[in-house]
Amino acid sequence: MKAKQRPLSPFMIGPYYRPQLNSIMSITHRATGVFLSVVSAPLLLWWISAVSNGPETYAAFLVFMGGWIGELTLLGCLFSLSFHSLNGVRHLIWDTGRALDLRSADVLGWVVLAGTVVSTAILMGLLL
Amino acid sequence: MSLVNPLARARGHGSAKEGVHHWYAQRASAILLVFLVGWLVYSMFRLAGTGHAEAVEFVSNPINAALLVVLLVSLFYHAMLGLQVVIEDYVHQPAVGVVLLLLTRAGAYIGMAIGIIPVLKLAIGA
Repeated sequence: MKAKQRPLSPFMIGPYYRPQLNSIMSITHRATGVFLSVVSAPLLLWWISAVSNGPETYAAFLVFMGGWIGELTLLGCLFSLSFHSLNGVRHLIWDTGRALDLRSADVLGWVVLAGTVVSTAILMGLLL
Repeated sequence: MSLVNPLARARGHGSAKEGVHHWYAQRASAILLVFLVGWLVYSMFRLAGTGHAEAVEFVSNPINAALLVVLLVSLFYHAMLGLQVVIEDYVHQPAVGVVLLLLTRAGAYIGMAIGIIPVLKLAIGA
């Protein structure tokens, strides 16, 4: 028996919906989460292993982090960490049932974006 | 250690038969990580520009070592739960999804072990 063709819910990113702050931030939350999982967490493991391994391994780690690939990686980590942490708190506020109306969601969204830029810039400045 | 409170265990079971465990665990670990990652970033900023001896001294400190172990467990647990949702949502071939989910779980537990063992080695002084 052929399944009846039911209407499908349109995917929120694509030609069906106008791009909006909340949907873009939602997918960015996931993307930064994946980046933190597959890049930043292994970087933390590398640092811990280098500390335990001895001065030579640690020096090699510092040389990598001082190069342009290391600095670019660090920038990615600090941006992802700032965005994911701030937007994560936004999600936690929503989970308490607060700020769920469109206006509050948008205002908090812009606060998170501004906070991400400021936090990334400050942390990058401090660590370089 | 279970992160689920007894009330959630008693009444959480919906159609997926696992209730709100995943949702709750993701948020419990998130709240823990806000503080732990804040502490880690602050510590990294204090260590930046110093050498190997200072890093060893930092990790060897029993309180720092304990916080690092808790951080590693909650970090990889939180990452595992998050990657699980991404895989469930975007991978549409069941066989590929199952393999990726198993790899995610294995990776998370291996990550915890790889991080915790050097911390303990430094803290205990083996």
